Amino acid sequence: MARDVKVDNMSVVFGTNAQRQAAIELLDENMTADEIREETGATVAVKNLSFEIEEGELFVIVGLSGSGKSSFIRTLNLLNRPARGSITVGGQDLTKLSRSELRNYRRNDVSMVFQNFALLSHRTVMQNVEYPLEVQGVPKEERRETAQGAIDLVGLSGWENHMPNQLSGGMRQRVGLARALTNDPELLLMDEPYSALDPLIRRNMQDELLKLEDEMDRTILFITHDMNEAFRLGDRIALMKDAEIVQIGTPDEFFDKPANDYVKNFIADVDKTRILKVRSIMNRLGFVAKMGDAVKDTRAILEEKDMEFCYVTDKNRVFQGYVRFEDLKKSRAKTINKLVKEDDTAIYRNAYIREAWPKLKAAEFDLPVVDGKGRLRGVLDYGVVVDALAD
Amino acid sequence: MWERIRDFPEQLYFNYSVYIDRFVDWLSQAFGWFFDIVRDIILTMFDGVEFVLGITPWWLYIVLLFIAGWRLYNVKTGITLAFLLFLIGVSGLWSEMIYTLAIIFISVFISFLIGLPTGILMSKSSRLENILKPILDGMQTLPSFVYLIPALMLLGIGRVPAVFATTIYAVPPLIRLTFLGIKNVDEQVIEAGISFGSTPMQMLFKIELPQALSTIAAGLNQTTMMAVAMVVISSMIGARGIGQEVLIAIRQVQVGDGFVAGLAIVFVAIILDRLLQGVTNRFDQTMETE
Repeated sequence: MARDVKVDNMSVVFGTNAQRQAAIELLDENMTADEIREETGATVAVKNLSFEIEEGELFVIVGLSGSGKSSFIRTLNLLNRPARGSITVGGQDLTKLSRSELRNYRRNDVSMVFQNFALLSHRTVMQNVEYPLEVQGVPKEERRETAQGAIDLVGLSGWENHMPNQLSGGMRQRVGLARALTNDPELLLMDEPYSALDPLIRRNMQDELLKLEDEMDRTILFITHDMNEAFRLGDRIALMKDAEIVQIGTPDEFFDKPANDYVKNFIADVDKTRILKVRSIMNRLGFVAKMGDAVKDTRAILEEKDMEFCYVTDKNRVFQGYVRFEDLKKSRAKTINKLVKEDDTAIYRNAYIREAWPKLKAAEFDLPVVDGKGRLRGVLDYGVVVDALAD
Repeated sequence: MWERIRDFPEQLYFNYSVYIDRFVDWLSQAFGWFFDIVRDIILTMFDGVEFVLGITPWWLYIVLLFIAGWRLYNVKTGITLAFLLFLIGVSGLWSEMIYTLAIIFISVFISFLIGLPTGILMSKSSRLENILKPILDGMQTLPSFVYLIPALMLLGIGRVPAVFATTIYAVPPLIRLTFLGIKNVDEQVIEAGISFGSTPMQMLFKIELPQALSTIAAGLNQTTMMAVAMVVISSMIGARGIGQEVLIAIRQVQVGDGFVAGLAIVFVAIILDRLLQGVTNRFDQTMETE
């Protein structure tokens, strides 16, 4: 299960004990982080942060260096301890964990990918990837098998016995990612993982991350200083500046109503059609019928909601097609199965709008949006797309 | 009048050497049993080491050294090292060299047993770091002859006090470089280890020590070189070997003998340095990042 994250009035402060104490008292004084530093000497890296990340979300925090984003992500596995406030992951308040509870949390529930890869240079790729299981005391055979799975997943099969210094930057970061996946974390923290890579490889890695993310069920928190990367990846984005969040929302919302000139400036160079994905402008699903549902019930619901048709999925939410209210009215069948009409207009949620456009133009209705496993995730409304592209 | 202002006033003389004398006297009385045990242990180690070193025929040393030089570097280095060792034999100092090597090996071994844990503890506790740093500086700056006297009093004459004095003189670089090696492990690598839930022991043995290995090996190399440097000095308290040959040559003003023995020590130093350096380079090659 993926986990949700709740951050409540959380601050991170660096400095000597006395400086920190003084700074904490000033946190509510309506002063900027800079002013507090001048006053006390302590660095406020994260100031009074409150927001939530939904389970299964790919959440991106973007900001320039020194904005506090790295300090923030490090609180989620308590590499940084908040000076005050709470962080709740899946209902568990991290600041209240005992030493051994914290160790278990780090071993089982969370893992991190680092900007400079942070690989163990004295170990082979395989030994690096199995490290998280090794510290848990998983027997060798078993951890080899799991690690091999992770290595295959990131496309490094055949490189198991190489040392990290024999690999290119992109491959090293794949090792970092594989290592972070071996303990099957519910929360994956990625701290500027692609910033040290050259642009072409970075683009590749982003696409692969989206593909991976699509197939797994976990919450991902991604840090970057690159707005394009943020928009390409994020379900939602938070823009940080001077230890605080300037704006938080979907990519579309950033373009629609930027909070201030700083945000406007930040997104000025971003080409929307190349970056906005179907998933970032799709609408939430209304009523969805399941295979095997009774005709009578379905008809009643559609009538009540005044809907002309509804989508149908199987019990695993895999998209099957749609049924029309008209057909339901006429039918004498018990279940809706025979009335379901196939629909080949479904679009992949990670497609860019530019790629989806031809299909959308030809369509009469809204388009169903599916993920990599064919599960129904949302609907795309013609009008929304036109709006998004218009300005 | 001027003299009274110029010269250091005698009233301020304070001879604390008596206190050091008393302290060492007290040590040798109160802990005599302890130093007897130390003595026995070191003597037993000598028996073992000399048995192994003594049973090996001279030509096998030369062959093994050639192979080591060849595998670690190249054929040329292998030949050079083997030739240097051969020269020591030619000088008629073979058995003296074996004796000296035994002192060096045992001193380095004890230095390792003391130095590695101390260096690790020092990297974990900043308080211990603050205490030990000036002491280590002092140990390295103090003239090495000074260690001979207490060694003599506590452990008698011969090779046992020689090992004692050599160890005290040679251990600081190993402590210092173990400390440095662990302190200099990449911050993100440490964070990675912590973030996957490693225990402090797992951090030490699976991450910090392996990452610090090449630095520690460099420390071991320095320690060995310091031990070689003590060879002549420790012969002043009765250790035999090549050092004693140098000492005799000095007393009798035999320039030739002095240089022959001196060069033999240089050869031993070169051989040990090359070997340890070669091993260290091996670590570096596999570990190198970026």
